[in-house]
This record gives sequence, structure tokens and C-alpha cells, in this order.
Amino acid sequence: MNAGPGSVRIPNMSAAPFGLIDPEVRAERRGRFWMRGLRSAGYGALIGLLITGLTGQTFWITMVHSMCIAVLCWFFIDLGRVPAARWKHRHATAGSPEADSNWPGWPLMLVIVVVGSLLGFTLGGMLAEWLTGYSAPGYLRGSLRQTVALVLSSLVPALIITYWFYSREAIAGHEAAAQVAQRQAAENQLKLLESQLEPHMLFNTLANLRVLIGIDPPRAQAMLDQLIAFLRATLNASRSASHPLDAEFARLRDYLALMELRMGERLQSRFELPDELAGLPLPPLLLQPLVENSIKHGLEPKVDGGRIEVRAARDADELVLQVRDTGVGLSDSASDGTRFGLTQVRERLATLYGARASLSLVPCGDAEGGTLATIRLPLPAATVE
Amino acid sequence: MMKARALIAEDEPLLAANLQAELERLWPGLEIVANVRHGAAAVEGALALRPDVVFLDIRMPGLSGLEAAQALAEDWPDDAGALPAIVFVTAYDQYALQAFDHSAVDYVLKPVQPDRLAQTCARVQAALKTRSSADPAPNHATALEATLGQLRQLLGTPGLANASGAAPAKLGVIQASVGNAIHLVPIGEVLYFEAADKYVRVITAEREYLIRTALRELIPQLDETRFWQVHRGLVVRADAIATAVRDDTGKVHLTLRGHKDKLVASRLYAHLFKAM
Repeated sequence: MNAGPGSVRIPNMSAAPFGLIDPEVRAERRGRFWMRGLRSAGYGALIGLLITGLTGQTFWITMVHSMCIAVLCWFFIDLGRVPAARWKHRHATAGSPEADSNWPGWPLMLVIVVVGSLLGFTLGGMLAEWLTGYSAPGYLRGSLRQTVALVLSSLVPALIITYWFYSREAIAGHEAAAQVAQRQAAENQLKLLESQLEPHMLFNTLANLRVLIGIDPPRAQAMLDQLIAFLRATLNASRSASHPLDAEFARLRDYLALMELRMGERLQSRFELPDELAGLPLPPLLLQPLVENSIKHGLEPKVDGGRIEVRAARDADELVLQVRDTGVGLSDSASDGTRFGLTQVRERLATLYGARASLSLVPCGDAEGGTLATIRLPLPAATVE
Repeated sequence: MMKARALIAEDEPLLAANLQAELERLWPGLEIVANVRHGAAAVEGALALRPDVVFLDIRMPGLSGLEAAQALAEDWPDDAGALPAIVFVTAYDQYALQAFDHSAVDYVLKPVQPDRLAQTCARVQAALKTRSSADPAPNHATALEATLGQLRQLLGTPGLANASGAAPAKLGVIQASVGNAIHLVPIGEVLYFEAADKYVRVITAEREYLIRTALRELIPQLDETRFWQVHRGLVVRADAIATAVRDDTGKVHLTLRGHKDKLVASRLYAHLFKAM
């Protein structure tokens, strides 16, 4: 029942091929399967009532016939759907939404509905005959017109009900997916804000400010202004789509000025922004997580501290932004803490520029060591001659 | 005002100078013998100068304040008198230090509020007074035991070793490079891991390997029921330990099965060894 040879087993269960589906999902699907059976019996009863009303046949005999046929039609259709879906998705790309679906697609499903309702009609009729002793006029016995009418009377409801079940579950699936997406977006927003207004950063900055007020009020005022600019930019970042590159550099200067005050001689910063690039639009605070990572994972853990450089340059039709530090460098353990910042930068780049933008993080090869983060993104069309 | 000697360890220069000034104002009898910028300097300074109280910032480059406190508790010489009173200073209380209100280990939140710092000074003075009164030896022992108990609890707080919080996957094999080959050592064959500068020595019954991963990064990847940390620089496979003997100073001497090495567990981990 597992996928055939040559297929890859994916550890992530939600993306596993049909045969490897997580037991909880499977139990839930089984529950829905029997629920559909129960509903089909109900629809059978409704159709029975309708036929009784239209033709005036004996109520209970019609009911038994109608329900037997409905339930067996459902049974063969729904049962046929499972191997069809499995067969269909055996070759689907693992991880794609189809690979995890229990729906074989409409063309295949139409065949199953026709075959399933013919089988259901025949066997359901036989079952009802055995139960009641009365035989319904079978399509093998009556005239051609009668046969067509009888087949349609089970085929048409079967199609409608299949469509009904399908759209209900598709809608439920979409709703669940939309809810998950919404929750994730809210969580990310919160995490982003939390990482930018990191309590250690905030309270240590305030502690420094408190000291400065006593010993050097003009410097305290300058520091407070930088803190205000930083907080305003952080809280506004999600609201505006872009700001000029020199504004981005100004925000990074504010942030690093605050950090320089805290770290004293342990931190030096350097900025390189050619004038012709100063006005280029950039998503606000795109570089902020990279600078924060350089401080937090590069320079803060290093006893002697070091230098951080932020550079912008043009390379043919690309804008190249680099954040380099001379800190302790990349380590296996730091990757956990840096991942959120990096993921966030990558996601923003992917949303805005697709595959045309990239972010790389590499150790610096020179004597000073440390880490180099490079963002490459396409220049706006107007600036490319 | 009571005379005492203090060491301050705080990586941010302005905050360090301010803490010193505030302490001098609130406790005139307190002599600040050293004011250092990182954890390793704090340990070195405290071991050399033997202060009565140390103020440790928690987040510092190199050794954190908690790691410095652990190193002090483990390396404090037995003839040096009582372990200094420890006061943690932190901007953000992720270790839930409030739990240690009214205890041997105190804490102060940054920005430091003078009222709160005055309370801390009073508490430290009271603690130092009980220590010096009458017969010091048993008091030392109880004070030390109280401090150790709290440090144990702090060190067991998740978030110290790995800030990310997510438990990493457990290692099945250790991959050690020997020349240009990688040797795969099944985790069950490792007798113990010992920190050696930036490296870790991996000792098996047959031989010894050197790996580049720091011990504090390795520990979360080890099954803690199988591998016991017995010192800040030593992790031993529990079923490789043959005997454990406690000495007068509280350290525990370990012998191994089928290996001649003798290991020493520090006072902080002595509680792991008790008869059933």
C-alpha cells in the first residue's frame, strides 16, 4: 500500500503519500466516510418519499428499495474513490497538495459515479427484493425507456450528492487552510515585533539612558532621540511598503548608535552608501535583522568586540547590500537563534522579488573573520539603462 | 556601616560605572576591589581577590553571569572561607529570579532602582553578619549548601544552555575527524566528554577523540538520563561509572568500569550520587 519503488519517503507526515498518512488524519477521514454513508441513507429516504408521492406506490416497499439503492450507491462510489485517489496520486509530486488529497479529480470520479450507481442500483434492488419480497421493475427486464428512467433516477441523485459532498469538504478544507494562514501571519507579526523590541535591548538601553541623564544630559537627549527614531521605525515598518535606502541607513545608524553607547569601545560601525543609490526604494528595515544578528551572535559574545560594516553597491542590474561583522563567526548552535531573522528576510525578499532576489550568509575568509550577509535584489527598471 | 569587599562584572561600561557609584553611595563601607567587563575576568578576579560579594550581569560575553557563578562555586578553594554572596544583575528576568527573593542568591533588575539596590545591600549585610558570627564552619556549610541549591535550580532552568528553547535531536553517533578521515563513534561507546578550551575530548574505552563542538552545544544533544553532567566541563555516561566517593569538601570522586581514569564531580552535582 506504500508508494511504489523509486518514490521518496518524506519524514513530514502531512506531506506523505496517501499510504503513509498520519493515523489521526486517517481516523478523521474514516469518521467522515461513515458520516457520508449515514447522510446517503437519509437522501435515499427523501427520494423514496418523492417517488411515493409521485407514483403512489406502497410507501414502505418504496422506502426500502430507495434506501438500499442509495446506501449501496454511496458505498460503491465512496469505496471506489479511495483506490482511485491513491492510484492517481502515486505519481504526484510528494509535498504537493494533491499528494495528500483523497480526491481523484472529476474525470476519474465521473467514471466511478456511473459504475458505482449501476452496481448500487442492481445490488440495492436485489437486496431490497430479498428484504421485502417485492421486485422493482429492473432495467434488465423492462422497456428501454423504463431502463433509462430508472438508471437516471439513481445516477442523477448520485452525481448531485457526490458534488454536494465534494464541495462541502473542499470548502471546509479551504476554510481550515485560511484560518491556519491567518494565525501564522499574526504569530509571525508578533514574533517580529518581539524580536525587534527585544527586552534585553530595550531595558539595557533604558538603563544607559537613566545613567546618562545624571552625568551628561545633552548626550542623554541625543540618545533618547535615537531611541525614539528606532521605535517609530520599528512600529511603522509593517505599514509602509518601502522607503529610500538612505532612510534605511539612517535607521541602522540610530540602532548602532544605541548599541555603541551600550557596548562602548567593543563596537565600531562603518557605513558605505554611494550617493547615486541613496534614493532607491527598499522595504523598510529589511537589513535590521541582519545587523541585529551580527550584534547578538557575532559581536556581543566576543570579549574584545569588533566592527560592523553596512555597505550598498551596484553590480550591473542588481543592488547588493552587505552586512559584515568581525565577530565570533557562524556556529552550529547560533543558527537556531539567527534562523528567525534570516527566514523573515528571505520571506520578504521572496514575496517582493520572487526568485530574482537572494540572501546568503557566509563566514568571512579574511584574517578578521566574522560573518558576511549579502542581499542581492533587482534594481528598479527606471535605474537600469 | 559594615565593611566588606565587592567585585562587579558588567559588560556595559556606563552601567558598570553607575552600579559602582550607587553602591558606594548606598554602602560606604563597601570596597569595590574590581570592576570587570566579562565572565572569565569575574571568575579570575574573584578567585584572586576573594571578595565577600559579587555582582554579576547575566548576559556577558564569554562566560555568562550564571556560568561565572557556577565556575566560582566549583573552583572556590576550601581554605578561602565562605563563597561570596552572589547578586545577579539583569535587564530582563528570563530566569524567573523572583523565585529567589529572600535567599542567599539575590538579583537586581536593570535599570537599577536605588531603593531596590538598598534592599539588596541590607540583605547581603545580614547574610555576611550571620556568616561571621560565632562558629563559622557550620554556617559556611549551610550557606554554601543554600547557594548551591539555588545555582542548581538556575542551571536547570531551560534557556540557559540553549536560548532557542526547542529541544534539538539526540545524537546517535559522534563524528570526530582524525587526520583526513571522519571516525563515527556510537554514543554508547563514549565513557565521558571533557571540555578542553574550545574543544571537547571524547573518551572511549579504546581511545580518545577531539571534536570542535563546544560542550555547552553538545549537552542539549545528549540523552540526559544516560549522560550526566558532573562538572561544568565534564559529562559522564552514567552506566560507565563504577563507584562514587564523597570527600570532606563535598566533591565526589568517580571511578569508571574498565577504564583507569579517575574523575571528580563538583559540589554542584554531588546530589546526583546517593544510595537508593
